[in-house]
Amino acid sequence: MTIPAPLSAQPALDRTRAIEARGLDVYYGAFRAIKGIDLEVTRNRVTALIGPSGCGKSTLLRALNRMNDLIPGSRVQGQVLFRGQNIYDASVDPVQVRRRIGMVFQKPNPFPKSIYENVAWGARLNGFRGDMDGHVERALRQAALWDEVKDKLAESAMALSGGQQQRLCIARAIAVKPEIILMDEPASALDPIATLRIEDLMRALAMDYTIVVVTHNMQQAARASDDTAFLLMGEDRAGILVEFGSTRQLFTNPKDKRTEDYITGRFG
Amino acid sequence: MSARWEVLSGDEAGTLPEGEGLRLNLARRYRVASLWRAFFVAAVLVAIVSLTALLYNVIDQAFGLVAVQNTVEPASLAVGGVPLAEQTSEQLLTLLQQRVPSAVLRRMESEQPLAQRSREDLNALVLERVVQLRVLKSWPLHLSLLDREAIEAQVGEQYPQARLVFRSWLTPEFLTRSQSSTPALAGVRTALLGSLWTIAITLLVAFPLGVGAAIYLEEYARDSWINRALQTNISNLAGVPSIIYGILGLAMLVRGLEPLTSGAWFGAVDPTTANGRTILSAGLTLALLVLPVVIINAQEAIRAVPRSLRLASYALGATQWQTIWHHVLPSALPGILTGSVMAMSRAIGETAPLVVVGASTFIAVDPSGPFSKFTTLPIQIYQWTSRPQDQFRNIAAAAILVLLALFLTLNASAVLLRNRYSRRYVS
Amino acid sequence: MHVVREDSSGQAADGSATKAESPLDLRRRPRVGERIIQGLLLLCGLVSIVTTLGIVYVLGKESLLFFGSRGVTLAKFLGSTRWQPVIGEFGIWPLVSATLSTTTIALLVALPLGLGVAVYLSEYASPRMRSVLKPVLEVLAGVPTVVYGYFALTFVTPLLRSILGRNLVEIYNTASAGLVMGILILPLVSSMSEDALSAVPRSLREASYALGATRLETAIQVVVPAALSGIAAAFILAVSRAVGETMIVSIAAGAGPAFTLNPFRAAETMTGHIVRISGGDLSYDSIDYNSIFAIGLVLFAITLTLNAISRRVVQRFREVYE
Repeated sequence: MTIPAPLSAQPALDRTRAIEARGLDVYYGAFRAIKGIDLEVTRNRVTALIGPSGCGKSTLLRALNRMNDLIPGSRVQGQVLFRGQNIYDASVDPVQVRRRIGMVFQKPNPFPKSIYENVAWGARLNGFRGDMDGHVERALRQAALWDEVKDKLAESAMALSGGQQQRLCIARAIAVKPEIILMDEPASALDPIATLRIEDLMRALAMDYTIVVVTHNMQQAARASDDTAFLLMGEDRAGILVEFGSTRQLFTNPKDKRTEDYITGRFG
Repeated sequence: MSARWEVLSGDEAGTLPEGEGLRLNLARRYRVASLWRAFFVAAVLVAIVSLTALLYNVIDQAFGLVAVQNTVEPASLAVGGVPLAEQTSEQLLTLLQQRVPSAVLRRMESEQPLAQRSREDLNALVLERVVQLRVLKSWPLHLSLLDREAIEAQVGEQYPQARLVFRSWLTPEFLTRSQSSTPALAGVRTALLGSLWTIAITLLVAFPLGVGAAIYLEEYARDSWINRALQTNISNLAGVPSIIYGILGLAMLVRGLEPLTSGAWFGAVDPTTANGRTILSAGLTLALLVLPVVIINAQEAIRAVPRSLRLASYALGATQWQTIWHHVLPSALPGILTGSVMAMSRAIGETAPLVVVGASTFIAVDPSGPFSKFTTLPIQIYQWTSRPQDQFRNIAAAAILVLLALFLTLNASAVLLRNRYSRRYVS
Repeated sequence: MHVVREDSSGQAADGSATKAESPLDLRRRPRVGERIIQGLLLLCGLVSIVTTLGIVYVLGKESLLFFGSRGVTLAKFLGSTRWQPVIGEFGIWPLVSATLSTTTIALLVALPLGLGVAVYLSEYASPRMRSVLKPVLEVLAGVPTVVYGYFALTFVTPLLRSILGRNLVEIYNTASAGLVMGILILPLVSSMSEDALSAVPRSLREASYALGATRLETAIQVVVPAALSGIAAAFILAVSRAVGETMIVSIAAGAGPAFTLNPFRAAETMTGHIVRISGGDLSYDSIDYNSIFAIGLVLFAITLTLNAISRRVVQRFREVYE
């Protein structure tokens, strides 16, 4: 098979736009899960996707790094532009896309290996050269986990608490040096204190990475994000983007009535 | 918050490749992936090729060219113008008494008196002992099809009197003839009947016992250490090699319970054996062998019945047994049957335990009941394979085809049962 | 219709008398039939206990007789490398070495290939490929072993002899038997390994893909290690199956104990020996008869231990993922 040219060889057309969806539809078989999404995610900001359950937030998120490919029967129409290229182009290798657009999942899923190995594996796989110990430490520090695990790096990751495991998953994602980190309800399986730590972390990480986070918790979106997109399920059960803007504007002065209804708790 | 992270930015511990380095990294990884994928595909191919080779080998030996020659031409045996095929039993008997050596005659008498044998039997004996169609040499199918000239040349040189015919070693006569020391005249009738008798006993014993035990374990047994030990015991037994069951059968059934298995208790002892190596022993041994498997399968089928069904029955005031008999068992029955049929298809191919229990090496008389001597189809195959002459290979192959047909039929019925079963729950 | 309600004492709510004055009888009935049935079913379950006790008793008693015979001691049984009953030598090593030889060859075939098939089925195969491959594996697993023995003797041995030379490979040899046994065991390894691989949760695979790993890297570096104990259990069970296999070695490996590690020469395994001795003329209580039980005892002990270990490993593996 021909190895597609590395994404980095493409010129970055727009320095402020990290990733952009244009007219994006995602189908599972014959069912259209999201419809006509136009979304521009700005670099080095936290963008939240909110909406009632079932409106396609997770589908949209997974479409941004081609994780939907893993679901048999899934199909995409429209474009997702990253670094000036449509990542769904036939010549694009999803493996490369996922290295640069990482993901943290709802339920923490560390590998059944040691803490050190969890962080190092992805980097090593992708050809990391240099001081691996330092690299692992750096990733764990950025994920605000280093102090808690620095003495037990060789122990199994499965022995950590839920919150710690999730921060380990974040460190693991950071270790392959992505540009964008997608987070699918990262704190929903955690207790309130761990949740707050994750929210702090999201803000801190935004300085080096672009964060897109799906959350069903409006207060979390209001607290932790810079921009917010509100999605809703349409009559044909396909999710649509109702409104997108800065978090402050969307929560204090929403342009769409549906947004206002959702935020004030009138439904969902 | 920003101050906390300043110490880290700009302090890189290493690099991930970009540009050309990235391309090389990916190329290497994909190359490795192709190699491994080739290995996996090769493993799959080995499985498929092996099965194909197995079937090819059997078919290759079961059909082919043979060089045949009669010792005495049937035409010369016509009595008063009546050809051999139309002679009566008395005429055939006279023929045998004239032409066959007396020692052989005596042995045939002792197996079963000649006067009592059927016309077909006497005819077969005449063919075997007097006409003596001899197969001088046989060739496998692929040689017969591809290299015919070489074979014809060889026959012309070595066996000038012989004819060259294409022969299928698997014929309807093969199924109806009994054992014989001449490969060309041998058949699997006694072995086939022995197998069927044995499996019948196995089924009659193992099915009720197995389903009964499964019902007890799933419906009645509380979670005590005894019952857990029972469950572990059954799992252990399922993994014991089949030959150990043969040893058990030999010591316990053939020897220990000889009065029972030889038929002495019932006064039905077979005159030619008078010991415990009977069909009953064989069937019981196989029943012990498949019992754990039947139990485990039945347990799974019973476990799959939804709890709500039982609750509905109890809520109407039914007793436990009523619930089981009227609701649980009917619902679990397809699954139980599937498991039992699969167990039988396994039992029908078992050889080692029955050899140990004492299958007879040569019997030409059909089994007449559970207390007869026995041989089974796989044992017959084993014995024929162990003989050095080429032609025994051929008939062993033919017998294998019969065994495979039986086995595949049983398997296919189990799969059909399973499909009907799952469809019922899906709808 | 005028309905009169009764209260529990049988008095009508409006004071009029009702027909049933007697209280409801809710006592337990002695259901004899139920008890009998329960007893019968328990007996069915106990048959399995009888079987186990029978095996242990039979093997134990006759083995004791064997070790009590003249000239036979436990030390020589386990230590000597000569099995020649004619001169009273009963060292088990020739039989064990042949068993080891066939088992090793069989495992060398079945373990890597079985695991390879399992990974293919679990991570790569399309539904169409699965629907072809699964029945093939089921048939391979179910073909009677006597047919495999025939295949080993009439196909594999001549093949080996033509490839490696007639002088090197004897007509009866442990290599053919081992190879064919490997094919017999392959479906067992692959189906148990595939179960283990499927038990690994999808989230682990997703985590790996999200880091930019390829499908192969995910399969080999994440899924297989996570399923390792389940795969180990499959391997142990394969060993047990190979040790207990009888007909293939009986037909193709040879008759007559020989202490040799050369796989191209004839040798008799423990199981093959039992079959040969019991298939011939056998008088009860002769030393040959008793020797069957001693060998059977060793076989039973080995397979029982291996099976028990395998089951424990599978149990602990399932506990991790559920």
